[in-house]
Amino acid sequence: MPSSILSHYPYRPDSYDELFGEDGVRPHWQEFLDHIDESSADVLKARAAQLARGIQQNGVTYNVYADPRGTDRPWSLDLLPLILPTEEWRGISAAISQRVRLLDALLGDLYGDQTTLAEGLLPPELVFGHKGFHWPCKGIKPAGGAFLHLYAADLARSPDGHWWVIADRTQSPSGAGYALENRLLVSRAFPDLFRDLQVQTLAGFFRGLQRSLGSQAPTDGEHPLTVLLTPGPFNETYFEHVYLARYLGFPLVEGQDLTVRHDTVYLKTVSGLKRVHAILRRLDDDFCDPVELRADSALGVPGLLGAVRAGRVLVANALGSGLLESAALPGFLPGISRHLLGEELMMPSVATWWCGEEPAKAVVLKHLRELVIKPTFPGGGSDVIFGDQLDAPQLAALAARIEADPSAFVAQELVKLSRAPAWTGGHRRKLMTRAMGLRVYAAITPEGYSVLPGGLARVAGMDNTRILTMQKGGSSKDTWVPSDGPVSTFSLLQNTLRVSDLIGETGTLSSRLAENLFWFGRYGERCDAVARLARLALSRLSEGRRTERAGALSVMLDLAAGAGLIEGEVSATPLAKAELDLFRAVLDRRAECGLAANLQRLTWCATQAREHLSLDHWHALKRLSAEIESARGRVSDVSALLEFLDEALTTFVSLSGFAMDNMTRDMGWRLHIVGRRLERLDNLSGRLARFLRRYAEVAGPLHRELAVEALLELCDSIITYRTRYRAQPELLPAMHLLTMDDANPHALAFQARMLSNYLKTFETDGVELGVAELDRAFGAVQAFPWAHLESLCPEPERREAVLQLADLLDHLARAGRHLSDRLAMRFFSHVGIAGQATFAA
Amino acid sequence: MTRRVAYTVIHETEYPACGVPVSLAQHLLHLIPRKLPWQTRESGQITIEPALAQLEEGEDAFGNPVAWLSLDTPHDGLLVRAESHVTVIGRELPKPDDSPLWESVRDSLRYHPKPRSADSLDALRYLYASPRVPRDALLAEFAATAFKPGLPLLVATKALMDLIFKTFTFDAKATEVSTPVHEVLKRKRGVCQDFAHLMIAALRSVGIPARYMSGYLLTDPPPGKPRLIGADASHAWVSVWCPRNGWVEYDPTNGIQPDVRHVTLGWGRDFQDVSPLRGVILGGLAQAPEVRVTVMPDSEKAAPRSPAGA
Repeated sequence: MPSSILSHYPYRPDSYDELFGEDGVRPHWQEFLDHIDESSADVLKARAAQLARGIQQNGVTYNVYADPRGTDRPWSLDLLPLILPTEEWRGISAAISQRVRLLDALLGDLYGDQTTLAEGLLPPELVFGHKGFHWPCKGIKPAGGAFLHLYAADLARSPDGHWWVIADRTQSPSGAGYALENRLLVSRAFPDLFRDLQVQTLAGFFRGLQRSLGSQAPTDGEHPLTVLLTPGPFNETYFEHVYLARYLGFPLVEGQDLTVRHDTVYLKTVSGLKRVHAILRRLDDDFCDPVELRADSALGVPGLLGAVRAGRVLVANALGSGLLESAALPGFLPGISRHLLGEELMMPSVATWWCGEEPAKAVVLKHLRELVIKPTFPGGGSDVIFGDQLDAPQLAALAARIEADPSAFVAQELVKLSRAPAWTGGHRRKLMTRAMGLRVYAAITPEGYSVLPGGLARVAGMDNTRILTMQKGGSSKDTWVPSDGPVSTFSLLQNTLRVSDLIGETGTLSSRLAENLFWFGRYGERCDAVARLARLALSRLSEGRRTERAGALSVMLDLAAGAGLIEGEVSATPLAKAELDLFRAVLDRRAECGLAANLQRLTWCATQAREHLSLDHWHALKRLSAEIESARGRVSDVSALLEFLDEALTTFVSLSGFAMDNMTRDMGWRLHIVGRRLERLDNLSGRLARFLRRYAEVAGPLHRELAVEALLELCDSIITYRTRYRAQPELLPAMHLLTMDDANPHALAFQARMLSNYLKTFETDGVELGVAELDRAFGAVQAFPWAHLESLCPEPERREAVLQLADLLDHLARAGRHLSDRLAMRFFSHVGIAGQATFAA
Repeated sequence: MTRRVAYTVIHETEYPACGVPVSLAQHLLHLIPRKLPWQTRESGQITIEPALAQLEEGEDAFGNPVAWLSLDTPHDGLLVRAESHVTVIGRELPKPDDSPLWESVRDSLRYHPKPRSADSLDALRYLYASPRVPRDALLAEFAATAFKPGLPLLVATKALMDLIFKTFTFDAKATEVSTPVHEVLKRKRGVCQDFAHLMIAALRSVGIPARYMSGYLLTDPPPGKPRLIGADASHAWVSVWCPRNGWVEYDPTNGIQPDVRHVTLGWGRDFQDVSPLRGVILGGLAQAPEVRVTVMPDSEKAAPRSPAGA
């Protein structure tokens, strides 16, 4: 029996320790601790590793900077949960549900009659001087009656064991999704303990929220459609938006996915406009409607406020609810509670002084050294300042700032945070302790507010840190509340999440997502084609112009010029210049038709459809973008560039394999595949036509043969050709293989057949996409007199046939482009460009 | 006998056709004059071309008439035309010397945990920073030239108005719709909106509530020339809260206190609350709209000539 894990426990009597008290281990930890004590260091390490893998596999990230190229930092989660006793939790839960009732009533008052201001219970400056008080929202009664549907409070425990509210999150509280994910991972690490301790589950809370949004929304008898509105993939908590949307079964949408017509909100889908009845938003108040709120917001939904005012949509939380996120508010809540609820506030807020009050300011200035100074309003421009960290001149400077603009500052009592045990992660069985805070959640249900039994415990990243934020390197914990009754085993999670869950049923595939999946297909294919062409042109180029392969070289350079990879007339271009152009086309984003530019477009589409891609492929794409960045400075010779192109092609091939192998066959997938096929049809027919025109100019059988060989290689069909004909490349069989052979996935016939098949399934509801035009154009290619291409055919006749085939192929390429335009009009026409805000005097 | 002047106001905002259709337009309009003790409104009508647009009328949080326009049929060109008939009635100006000391007004608005009268609560809406009106020490310093210790509020306010009127230059080219107040203060030039914002910012910075007034000003055509249709513009001025007298208006662009030449559309904390037209359009060529305003006393009913014929 090894010594107890507690023998080295760093207990600090000056703080409240969640695990350990004056009388030893707190009773509600005993069972958990016994279990840990019986486990070897290796077992615990293995569990920690399993946890880390889970985070990696599920792609749990916290985006530290809202930067398109910023790195997604993996979410940080401690192996040990925080355990709170059942009885204590009852008190917390009651206090939180009272507090959210109070804040909801206060919002009703402030956006209504403002009796709290008239009575002098709240300084008007905290309302009229708050950017979060949105005048256009005044007088609006939200559908269903509630302002707050999901609320969070940040709690801290002081050394005497009491809980205090540090801050309220009333706008669109984050973290509930992370709490869910934490629960999933930590309960898996300790399955037996989780069951034995009868830990209360979280699913019921979310089911309540899900149900009440649907039931409180104005539906006019329709089946309610609730969406989750996100600012997009660059938001720091985007992972959570995706996660919650999947979990709750709400389509994840961005502002431009929604449109307001006749005071009604609609989702733009591939099957037309679908009415939205409720919006769970993660977008801040002022960004929600550029017509009436912040005019420069491109993220919002123009006219949303009108729909809210007309009572046609429920927005959770109500627009304007950010008003209560002020550090000064807590100090006034006890009086407001008596006035609005006729109740005493159950859980106190941390002692707070708003310097806009003369007596409060006097107290603050006198005790500055012992207090924490915060800006009154969020985004108030100054950081949180700890008085005890300032020297005399700094204190004087702070006092002067407060005197100059007292109402901008709030002072709070410094709470010495409680400490929770955390896993050290080392080889030894040893625990450490970290300062801890707890974010708890309340949600509206048809029966009133319910409190999530648990929450997101946040621990400091370093031993002496006093601020808990995930941005500054902290970690998180699952929170366990054992139950004294039977535990519900209900779960909203399906066994596995499949692409069909993400995209949702066909009816709610948003136009934006559909368009991005379509272009993800096109750009994926285009990158592949560009990389192949550049690779072939470069390798022929390195062999020079004076060899027997000069014919092949000139044809490849001509194709590269046709694809925009080389500038100017090829025959007149010195080889060194052509090589330089190809380098630029591969590596420089400014080369419009090049690889780097198309890769950037591909990555953009992937970002927009990111929740539909597997993490592996997402990473493969990111890696390639990073490689192209570094290659620009590093790669200077042709062989290194060729090596890079080989690598890139491997990635593109795996991307296309992923689409065939890993994506569910739904509407989004079909559009993706149609995008790939259309792109290949366009590339292939265009290139074949250009090749034929050039071929007519090439003299000498050997040059011609090598040109055809290069073409087969370019079209990835050289092996098929060799196994099929076991002969030197010739024009007729090669062209036939690349156009007519519908078993060859690199042939036009294959693209035409697949397109025709898929698109006919889109043409069901009397929709005319013009597939017939494509069929006719391909029919004309089929009807081409192939015998005229035989090498025995007299040269003038053969030459004419070659040019005729080129025309037919150009015609086919045009038919493909028309089809693409019609597809866009049919499925993506609701995708608007971002609106422009205007003012006129 | 009370002075009364009846006006016809025509305010046209036009997004000209540009060949690229707009698929969706949503606008918020403050184009109908507010009814006031000193201003009756005989009629106020907004018409839209194309006529397919949806128009809904109501009142905003400041009590101003407002209309929401939405047009979801693709259109090339949009004309918003407001025509109003109002009568402005002359007002007695309060005696500046009788007004309370400005410091006492400032102090009366400080927070105390006691019930507060409805009119002072209303005034507090206009005391703090708003999207286009900052409040800071620099602006307070600017105001201090006029707001000397111990002055009655309306004496100090008039001095502030005169300061702006005399030391700032009206320059229609100097600013755009969104010129920040500090920029105006530095360059000492601007248009009516800039001067109104500056004066409001200065007043609020010393603790005095001030409103942004949106409306029109009757202009005189050059001597001997007829009035031109569409040659006027919307106008902006300032209203200051004085406990004994209620709201008192000042026009820093012209150095006068509004009387029967000012037609009021409405008021807010700043331009953004009451801009005659704001909104979002999808499509088109991002062209700025053309604005044409005509303010005509009904006594001039004899047909004026249009600019085209002038």
